[in-house]
Amino acid sequence: MLQATAAGMALSLIPWRFAQATPEAMAQAVRETFGVRPIREGRVLLELPKLAENGNVVPVTVSVDSPTTESDHVVAIHLFSERNPLPNIVAVFLGPHNGRARVATRIRLAETQKVLAVARMNDDSLWSASVEVVTTITGCG
Amino acid sequence: MAAKIKVPERAKRGEIIEIRSLAIHIMETGFRHDNVGRIVPRHIVDTFTCEYLGKTVFAATLHPAVAANPYFVFHLRAERSGEIRFTWRDDKGGVITERAHLEVTDP
Repeated sequence: MLQATAAGMALSLIPWRFAQATPEAMAQAVRETFGVRPIREGRVLLELPKLAENGNVVPVTVSVDSPTTESDHVVAIHLFSERNPLPNIVAVFLGPHNGRARVATRIRLAETQKVLAVARMNDDSLWSASVEVVTTITGCG
Repeated sequence: MAAKIKVPERAKRGEIIEIRSLAIHIMETGFRHDNVGRIVPRHIVDTFTCEYLGKTVFAATLHPAVAANPYFVFHLRAERSGEIRFTWRDDKGGVITERAHLEVTDP
């Protein structure tokens, strides 16, 4: 384990040379996830640092304005990247039993880009927020 | 393979508690080269689930853009005393599990 970690740290110094996702690839991933239904801006608060000094570990918190009851709750929150090697970052699945629609995690960002969060409600409506993050040290997203 | 979780020991019924979870995992993206130019194969946790009273209460689908040692903070409404189980599965068949007991008292 220790060896694996040391190897991982050494490797992380080597920059990658891979094709990146594009805003079009992100739009495609969003369509594949949700179909062509409208996605409205609002109800979602996406908290990311404006400047990510280390793209390998970028803290992110997503909160959705939702009463989180049986009749009105968040079903899923998806995060998308427009400049990582892959447009999908993570998807989390929630329900009324969570009491609060708020999730924090840590992500990788390959370079300066827009991150998009889309929340799907139990009535199937889609709500979103996006944030531009300046990344100084690339993360192998 | 190991994990760390932070769950309150007790809560009042109806109280919303915060759960913190972290699995020790390299989350190798599959996009990096080693020092002789070979691609380092992908090795990531791709699913995480949390069950409370036998029901899935939080789940995640992870892609390589989740940072090493995947960390999730989420919430849960305390219903009654019982076990909270955490399961991380990776794309090479690896499984990490962790559990906690939540004692729920009358409000």
